[in-house]
Amino acid sequence: MTKFEIRGLRADVLISEDERQEILKGVDLTINSGETHAIMGPNGSGKSTLAYAVAGHPRYEITDGEVLLDGENVLEMEVDERARAGVFLAMQYPVEVPGVSMSNFLRSSVTSVRGEAPKLRQFSKELQGAMKNLAIDPSFAARGVNEGFSGGEKKRHEILQLELLKPKVAILDETDSGLDVDALKVVSEGINRAQNENDMGVMLITHYTRILEYVKPDHVHVFADGRIAESGGPELAQVLESEGYERFVKVGA
Amino acid sequence: MTTANTEPKAHSHGLGQIPVSKLDTHGSHDVNDFPIPNGREEEWRFTPLRRLKGLHDWKGTADGTDETVVDAPEGVTVETVGREDERLGTAGLPVDRVIAQAYSAFEQATVVTVPRSLVSDKPITIDRKGLGGTAFEQLVIDVQPLAEVTVIITNTGSGVRAGSLDVHVGEGAKLNLVSLQEWDSDAVEVSQHNARVGKDASFKSVIITLGGDLVRLSPRVSYTGRGGNAELYGLYFAGDDQHHEHRSLIDHNLSNTRSRVDYKGALSGAGAHTVWIGDVIIGEGTEGTDSYENNRNLQLTDDTRVDSVPNLEIFTGEVQGAGHASASGRLDDIHLFYLRSRGIPEEEARRLIIRGYFLDIVNRIDDQDLRDHVMEKVERKLAAHE
Ligand SMILES: Nc1ncnc2c1ncn2[C@@H]1O[C@H](COP(=O)(O)OP(=O)(O)OP(=O)(O)O)[C@@H](O)[C@H]1O
Ligand SMILES: [Mg+2]
Repeated sequence: MTKFEIRGLRADVLISEDERQEILKGVDLTINSGETHAIMGPNGSGKSTLAYAVAGHPRYEITDGEVLLDGENVLEMEVDERARAGVFLAMQYPVEVPGVSMSNFLRSSVTSVRGEAPKLRQFSKELQGAMKNLAIDPSFAARGVNEGFSGGEKKRHEILQLELLKPKVAILDETDSGLDVDALKVVSEGINRAQNENDMGVMLITHYTRILEYVKPDHVHVFADGRIAESGGPELAQVLESEGYERFVKVGA
Repeated sequence: MTTANTEPKAHSHGLGQIPVSKLDTHGSHDVNDFPIPNGREEEWRFTPLRRLKGLHDWKGTADGTDETVVDAPEGVTVETVGREDERLGTAGLPVDRVIAQAYSAFEQATVVTVPRSLVSDKPITIDRKGLGGTAFEQLVIDVQPLAEVTVIITNTGSGVRAGSLDVHVGEGAKLNLVSLQEWDSDAVEVSQHNARVGKDASFKSVIITLGGDLVRLSPRVSYTGRGGNAELYGLYFAGDDQHHEHRSLIDHNLSNTRSRVDYKGALSGAGAHTVWIGDVIIGEGTEGTDSYENNRNLQLTDDTRVDSVPNLEIFTGEVQGAGHASASGRLDDIHLFYLRSRGIPEEEARRLIIRGYFLDIVNRIDDQDLRDHVMEKVERKLAAHE
């Protein structure tokens, strides 16, 4: 049983040396293991900022609040420690790292997170299987990390990492956008597999109810102007889809 | 005999011996044709003269010795010759005083000849270990028509070394040259590589500079026939107080010639200084030239200095392709973030990224063991700063 808590989180985006802007204005959210929380909200409301701030992205700075994983202060951990502690972020825009092969990267990352190097043969079998499940061609293993991948290919590889790293809690930032209908299904199955296998908690940031047909949320939250404006059950997603976010967005904001 | 654009030639409007290109430097075999540099000259302004250990203003006697082991496949001849040998100095004139000094003072030279049509999988290896002192040297590699060979030169040890490497790649021949500068930390090397690339011939040079106190290498290429292809690759990594300088010049003096120049460097530690000068001339009256040059530098610490200067001079309207790029910067913190967000500790993430950065250059070396060797050396230098 894992408890992931975000309490009163405030964060700034660092725009330049001496310019910053507050984006997160007090976020409270608790995710227990096995739960899926969908986060929906207008563009620019700060959803990705929340995801990045929790992961420790260098362009954001937390000014107040805390993030706890089973009572451990995540914000005091280095970026890589957070991942090893079991926090995973599937990014809205995964980063291309030229020259580092996907297979080397995955092996290093699995070794770090598991605390020991997997046996080479065993790992390549595991990797091949995981790639196959996500309908990723084996040739991708030899390519540079996300290098020249299409939008959808990048998203599949984020879920590939999710499945290999088996985190306690996963933040999935618009993993569904850019996926074709078949890929959406394949990727959703990957998320569900990871959750079932590990009783993982999921924060699923999305604009569309479509993915919620495959990855069933227990809770739906409306994110607006840097905080959670309303929370409800799965039915809230339908309401949002038909009515939009108008009533959550401050007039003139 | 074709005349390279970088050699003085009579100009039509009667001004006599004036260079065709601004990039031209008056080459000469005679040291007295070059004034003693003061450091403000274009070709010396990046080089710390006081660290040349007297090379630019030579008055002493060359007392240096090397331990050199040459291993050549059957059919290749390796000769030690005297100053009078006509094959010396025929691929290009010295373009600065130090190289001319070396030509004026050397006593013995080495000539490696790869006979016509000899195709060898086994490389020619030249392992040179400097045993101190100052030495002036000349090496000629003559790859005759249709021959194909790899030459791997490994420089280690200590001392002050200056000289030329003259390369002839005959018609339809292919030469892969790898030169490793793994000098001890007090060594100085100033050398010029002159390559003449024949008709439909191919010359690939991979220069790996990791050692030394000061290394200044000037690879220069011109063509003796159409269809020639020259690729110059370089990897350098300057640590504390190291000066690594690479000055390439590609002279597209003939039509339908191709060149690629791609040098990548890293710098780490106080006083690390790298210089890359990439000159390309596309000669008057030529057509169908295809040329591209690129330089990248990764500054791993703040206290380093990079100079990167591409120069492209075009004297014709009939160019197939010509471009250059140069960029220097720090390790991308977003790359680092991505790898670390997958649990990879910072040091290892840095190592992965830097390996990746150098990978395309290292992969230009055909031999797997040698590629591994270079990567290992790079990682050792990285580790020195962690
Ligand atoms: N470098 C920056 N300079 C100025 N504003 C920035 C910068 N980076 C982010 N922001 C702003 O921060 C706000 C929150 O951005 P964020 O990416 O978190 O939104 P989001 O909710 O994820 O939006 P979307 O649904 O479009 O993905 C936006 O208004 C964005 O413009
Ligand atoms: Mg976003």
